[in-house]
Amino acid sequence: MLIDPMDMHVPTEAVQAIERPLVVTQSLLYLDGVSVSFDGFRAINNLSLVIAPGEMRAIIGPNGAGKTTMMDIITGKTKPDTGDVIFDGQIDLTQLDETAIANLGIGRKFQKPTVFESHTVEDNVEMAVKADRTVFGTLFSRHSAEIWKRVDEILGIVRLGDHRRRMAGDLSHGQKQWLEIGMLLAQDPKLLLVDEPAAGMTDVETGATADLLKDIAKTHSVVVVEHDMGFIRELGVKVTCLHEGSVLSEGTLDKVSADERVIEVYLGR
Amino acid sequence: MIARRLFSSDRRIAVTIATLLAAAVIVPVLNLAVPADSVFHMPSYVVALVGKYLCYALLALALDLVWGYCGILSLGHGAFFALGGYAMGMYLMRQIGPRGVYSHPTLPDFMVFLNWKELPFTWWGFSSFPYAMLMVGLVPGILAFVFGWFAFRSRVTGVYLSIITQALTYALMLAFFRNDMGFGGNNGLTDFKDILGFNIQSQTTRAVLFSLSVLALMAGYLVARAIVTSKAGKILIAVRDAEARTRFLGYRVENYKLFVWTVSAVMAGIAGALYVPQVGIINPSEFSPANSIETIVWVAVGGRGTLVGAALGAGVVNFAKSWFTGAFPQGWLFALGGLFVFVTLFLPKGIVGTFTEWWRTRAAKREPPASAAAEQPAQ
Ligand SMILES: Nc1ncnc2c1ncn2[C@@H]1O[C@H](COP(=O)(O)OP(=O)(O)O)[C@@H](O)[C@H]1O
Ligand SMILES: [Mg+2]
Repeated sequence: MLIDPMDMHVPTEAVQAIERPLVVTQSLLYLDGVSVSFDGFRAINNLSLVIAPGEMRAIIGPNGAGKTTMMDIITGKTKPDTGDVIFDGQIDLTQLDETAIANLGIGRKFQKPTVFESHTVEDNVEMAVKADRTVFGTLFSRHSAEIWKRVDEILGIVRLGDHRRRMAGDLSHGQKQWLEIGMLLAQDPKLLLVDEPAAGMTDVETGATADLLKDIAKTHSVVVVEHDMGFIRELGVKVTCLHEGSVLSEGTLDKVSADERVIEVYLGR
Repeated sequence: MIARRLFSSDRRIAVTIATLLAAAVIVPVLNLAVPADSVFHMPSYVVALVGKYLCYALLALALDLVWGYCGILSLGHGAFFALGGYAMGMYLMRQIGPRGVYSHPTLPDFMVFLNWKELPFTWWGFSSFPYAMLMVGLVPGILAFVFGWFAFRSRVTGVYLSIITQALTYALMLAFFRNDMGFGGNNGLTDFKDILGFNIQSQTTRAVLFSLSVLALMAGYLVARAIVTSKAGKILIAVRDAEARTRFLGYRVENYKLFVWTVSAVMAGIAGALYVPQVGIINPSEFSPANSIETIVWVAVGGRGTLVGAALGAGVVNFAKSWFTGAFPQGWLFALGGLFVFVTLFLPKGIVGTFTEWWRTRAAKREPPASAAAEQPAQ
């Protein structure tokens, strides 16, 4: 009855028919020449970025560089004016909406932690655990020991086991961040987009978050946006610096932070 | 599963169901079997009045399902109620047969008056009770489905959605006012004689209609409760609180909305169908936007997102209305507005929500070590 029209025209076949270069087909996420303007202001400007399967990438850049907007484009919240956004070597993300993209296996943690405040911590995670997401599937779903086992596991990982029956809205800022990371894990996506996970955290919490993300990166591809250089150093992965909507510099953290243009945009104003 | 959920030993369910079942049995007995001079006799006018409130309670429940649990503030739920009512009214009109003022064998009086020669196709089949009952659910259901399909898919939300629901009921009101629509125009449908062969005026028929209203309210409550306590219910609340976030988790929000919206419209239609034989008339004023807005006040007063509260609110506010319109006929609209402002400012969770909260904090204070358990949600 409630057939999902988005499911019906996932344009994989059409897209596959086009010959794509190896760099596209072998990448997990491929952005090329992506631009988007808001009322004439170019938030993303001819952005190109390739994430390999299994890779963890850190994205840095001053406020307003377009980091969050880039995630909006990947997750279908914002449609780019031009450019290609290809997932898994073949799927054109610009043709899909948020739900379809999430179900392809792209999960997202928001800059401002967004959890379901009037649900308990455990219910937040339960809703995120990979399972039937259709109306009738959830309406008639039985209590699943498998799902709740996964919930327990995740609550353990993000250290919220003692808070499981609290309302998510009552958690501290840092705990909400962790809950959201837990929900992300529960979705078990192929690619995790994590926007400023350490914002508003103490040094100890920041360190723990970095460890957690490194752990997650062993089995998932991750893109992390962060301002905190200590945090980025901790991750020890390839860094991309965005500025005014395009890539300014890319490489190891040492290389990027030695780049004069990077120093200029961070310190020069 | 659903059955387990329906009959789970939750206290609120048990109390609600027991109260309703008792009312379904006791009220008719007090009305029919207890002699009129006894203090326990329930006068027929009270049965009729409470029967009417029960239909309103079902309408409020339907509204709470979409507004309280999914955040869809419908300012047009009266439309679904009225459509269900018209479907019932059409059946009752056809039951009059040749007993009308003009004694026409098939045509209702107003059609004879308009010089119509035959029954318009919209009326075909309505002499059959099962067909009419099917239409009671189908007409509001299909309208809601089509409306919701377009509105939710194009992501109309918030105030804009409220405004178009209001426009929907207003447009229907204007349409039903027109004589050439064939639904009795301004006067609507009335002068009903019998239902399934039973005299609609008789005390027994009225008592049965009363009991049926109680049972419908109970069924509506159980269905709504099963929905909101299921996993789908959690998703609905998630949509209400953070719609975009729910999408990024991979849930197709528009389908969830469409589902509750349609279920809710069917419930409202059933409420309307039970209302019409008890009040004896249905006319286009039932589509009036003011009616839908009044329904919002019932739900807000009783407690949005509590189900029981919505039904209770409908009873309390309408009781106040009956009393008020007797005492100060001109003052009701001011009182209603004042009540809404008061509830919004001082009782934002309504009667039931406030009571539940008070109960929970009291329990938490009594047993400090078990405070974690006390923080569990009431749902
Ligand atoms: N929906 C929008 N409408 C208008 N401007 C926007 C919108 N989203 C982002 N922007 C603008 O785009 C620029 C990049 O924003 P953002 O991606 O949030 O930066 P970052 O996350 O790197 O700090 C900012 O100048 C911001 O104001
Ligand atoms: Mg940002």
